Amino acid sequence: MADYDIVVVGGGPAGLAAAIEAKKNGIDSVLVLEREVELGGILQQCIHHGFGLHVFKQELTGPEYAEFFINELEELNIEYKTNTMVLDVTNDKEVAFINPQDGYQIIQANAVILAMGCRENTRGAIGIPGSRPAGVMTAGAAQRLINIEGYMVGKEAVIMGTGDIGLIMARRLTLEGAKVKAIMSRRNYPAGLTRNVVQCLHDYDIPLNLQHTITYIHGKDRVEGVTMVRVDDNRKPVPGSEEYIECDTLLLSVGLIPENELSQKAGVEMERRSKGPIVNESRETNVDGIFACGNVLHVHDVVDFVTEESRTAGKAAAAYIKGEYSRKGSLMTVEPGSSVDYIVPHSIDPQRVVDDKIEFMFRSTKLFDKCRLIVKQDGEQIKSAKKTRVYPGEMETIKVKADALSDKPNSKITIEVEEVQEDE
Amino acid sequence: MYDVLIIGAGVTGASVARELSRYNLKIGIIEKENDVANATTKANSAIIHAGYDPKPGSWKAKLNVEGTAMFDKLCEELDVPFKKNGSLVVAFSEEEMKTLEELYENGLQNGVQNMHILNAEQTKELEPNLNEEINGSLYAKDAGIICPFILTVALTENAMENGADLMLNQEVVDIQKENSNFKIKTTDQEFESKYVINCAGVFAEEIYSMVTETDFEIIPRKGQYFVLDKEAGDLVNTVVFQCPTKMGKGVLISPTVHGNLLVGPDSQDIEDKQDIDTSKDRLDFVREAAKKTCAEIPFHLSINNFAGVRATPDTGDFIIGESDKVKGFINVAGIESPGLSAAPAIGKCIREIVEELHGGLKINDNFNPKRKKMVRFEELTPSERAEIVAQNPDYGRIVCRCELVTEAEIVDAIQRKAGANSIDALKRRVRTGMGRCQGGFCSPRVMEILSRELNIDMCEVVKDSPNSRILTGMTKYSREEC
Repeated sequence: MADYDIVVVGGGPAGLAAAIEAKKNGIDSVLVLEREVELGGILQQCIHHGFGLHVFKQELTGPEYAEFFINELEELNIEYKTNTMVLDVTNDKEVAFINPQDGYQIIQANAVILAMGCRENTRGAIGIPGSRPAGVMTAGAAQRLINIEGYMVGKEAVIMGTGDIGLIMARRLTLEGAKVKAIMSRRNYPAGLTRNVVQCLHDYDIPLNLQHTITYIHGKDRVEGVTMVRVDDNRKPVPGSEEYIECDTLLLSVGLIPENELSQKAGVEMERRSKGPIVNESRETNVDGIFACGNVLHVHDVVDFVTEESRTAGKAAAAYIKGEYSRKGSLMTVEPGSSVDYIVPHSIDPQRVVDDKIEFMFRSTKLFDKCRLIVKQDGEQIKSAKKTRVYPGEMETIKVKADALSDKPNSKITIEVEEVQEDE
Repeated sequence: MYDVLIIGAGVTGASVARELSRYNLKIGIIEKENDVANATTKANSAIIHAGYDPKPGSWKAKLNVEGTAMFDKLCEELDVPFKKNGSLVVAFSEEEMKTLEELYENGLQNGVQNMHILNAEQTKELEPNLNEEINGSLYAKDAGIICPFILTVALTENAMENGADLMLNQEVVDIQKENSNFKIKTTDQEFESKYVINCAGVFAEEIYSMVTETDFEIIPRKGQYFVLDKEAGDLVNTVVFQCPTKMGKGVLISPTVHGNLLVGPDSQDIEDKQDIDTSKDRLDFVREAAKKTCAEIPFHLSINNFAGVRATPDTGDFIIGESDKVKGFINVAGIESPGLSAAPAIGKCIREIVEELHGGLKINDNFNPKRKKMVRFEELTPSERAEIVAQNPDYGRIVCRCELVTEAEIVDAIQRKAGANSIDALKRRVRTGMGRCQGGFCSPRVMEILSRELNIDMCEVVKDSPNSRILTGMTKYSREEC
């Protein structure tokens, strides 16, 4: 006998949306497990606005966006536990967790939704040489200290990397009276969303250094400065371009990594490029009844897409519990074509597609000013769309009508990005 | 007034203090850093060597072999993570196979047991992930891996439990001998002691020069490392060395006692004895050199780099003994590799010297060789976890999610003698922030706990040294609230 029909690991935007959707689809026995002291995940420290444009058609702050889902969760009487760390998930869906109230518990679920989110890449992982003083931290850690704890992390900062949190923190530090002396990207375009570049850097006259990186951290006790250099098109430092910038703080916004340690314990197969599980259109992994959604699956830049994806997972998990989850169809595989980094989902069972459209989420491998997104089935084009400015920092989506995917068993779907000449 | 004042709380000083605390002596340890184990001891290969390397008849040979044999009991008494996983020296040519024979012979002369020369096949069986081009290896079963920070913290804590004093942030600026006693001046205090034991690591020469003209030189020699994620921890089972050359023992690949993978070091003579900066060219060298042993090292799983400085003596051997010019002043200098392995034997050796100087030593009847066990939540079985959290709910609060460190463990590490007083001190004791997120998630929580337990303001919490504050003040909103 199972203790719960569905156990959701993680109470951030992905876990909340998935749990709510499962409940709305008729599953009463749902439990959400959250490691932090409150629900909402990283949204709680994102006090800037700009969330919810797609889902709510208005600009909310992170905590406001989270509050909407937390309220709905409460209204639907969905059970949750905070301060609770999941220690293990097995492939037969046993979930071991611990917290101060319940102690150590092992519960049996009929389905598990993985929604653990992601973590930030660190100085150690990218190997920035130099000394190891105080004052070097990830942009997200700084965001938490400033927005949740109420403490400042420095007076003169340099930000390495142009991920969205880095951009947001450039503005936040400035508003708190700190001087952001430089922010940089190794590539010839910023990694984060264009709207964040405009609203967080341009509006505050923060200098953006494209094709630059940091090659040395100086200072014994506290950061005293960094060496910034220009990099060539192969991202190698250009000798002689070194510039010493005096600062007391270095924030890093150099990538996010899905947190899949639990997924791997459960035997979930991973994909190298997205660094997340391999899933089908319902966001089910290779392990029967284990689903994944949100940043644990692939890093999103906009929370609305997390919500939509997690609703898909929640709905599918509910269908799985109700025995309405068909396994009759043949799987179509999905593979990246030229200039595409990864695509989610990795396979489709057309029998299970309940909407009339299938949405593919993907990222390009490079920057295109003008291009065409092309979807092919077994080499034959079934959809194409013109786009301006496609770059790895912004996730692309493309929807294909389900009936356009003629029922070719075991066919292969590819998506590619093709440059469009100016005169076309 | 101390009987014995030990300068330096690295693994050498801590071993000497712990050994002497078995006797009725007033012992003081002074350390210039904000924590024990904060220089050479915190940044090395963390290996307990079998003892086939040093020249027969040297201090290094004698104390390495003696010391290594002491670790089982010592680590049991002090609850220190230690694993005898053995070591391999691999040969890439017939010529290097001859070097292995020489090492084997050398080991026999030094009294090393349980050594075997393995052929290519046997080596592959033991270490299937190494490169194909290996001719054979020297396998030494008695070598092992240890956590040098926890060892040094444990030795100091136990010495303190048995009566020794630890004084941190005390940099010695002057030593005077007056009558038969020493007056030791630090930046803000003065101590008096009958005997001084110089365990000052790379600064042993400077300390000795405060009492007389030195007859040795300590050359700081830097080495850099990669630490890889636990996902890579089982690439090798043993400590895998390359054949030693004139340049040293070469680059090694080793699991750590906590399950990570360690790759390094290089060797570079430097000017500044406190220069522990990492550099790209040196790390690139380590990476390339290690590939000779194993081409498949997953460097993309690297979670950190670090550098340490060896205290290399110009004499080629440890410098151990009472100064022939200054009575009562004992040098324990030039403790480079295999210093960690030799540390327990060095302690014993110094005790014999003190015993002779002092005209015999009286046993400390209250001496307790055991340190209170530390709970390591990560290592507990599910039923043990259930039991302990039922007793103390703070074991149910996971603070560091990568290394599974609970609030109760953190509080314990702060409250003990030689307790943690900084983020890095906790990292060294209970591994908060040591994992793949490198403290990205847990450091705000760790800071809160330090602030609460040490009864200091959040802004006073430091990373390591007293000047390494993390926070620079409150935000505008919080200031208004205050």
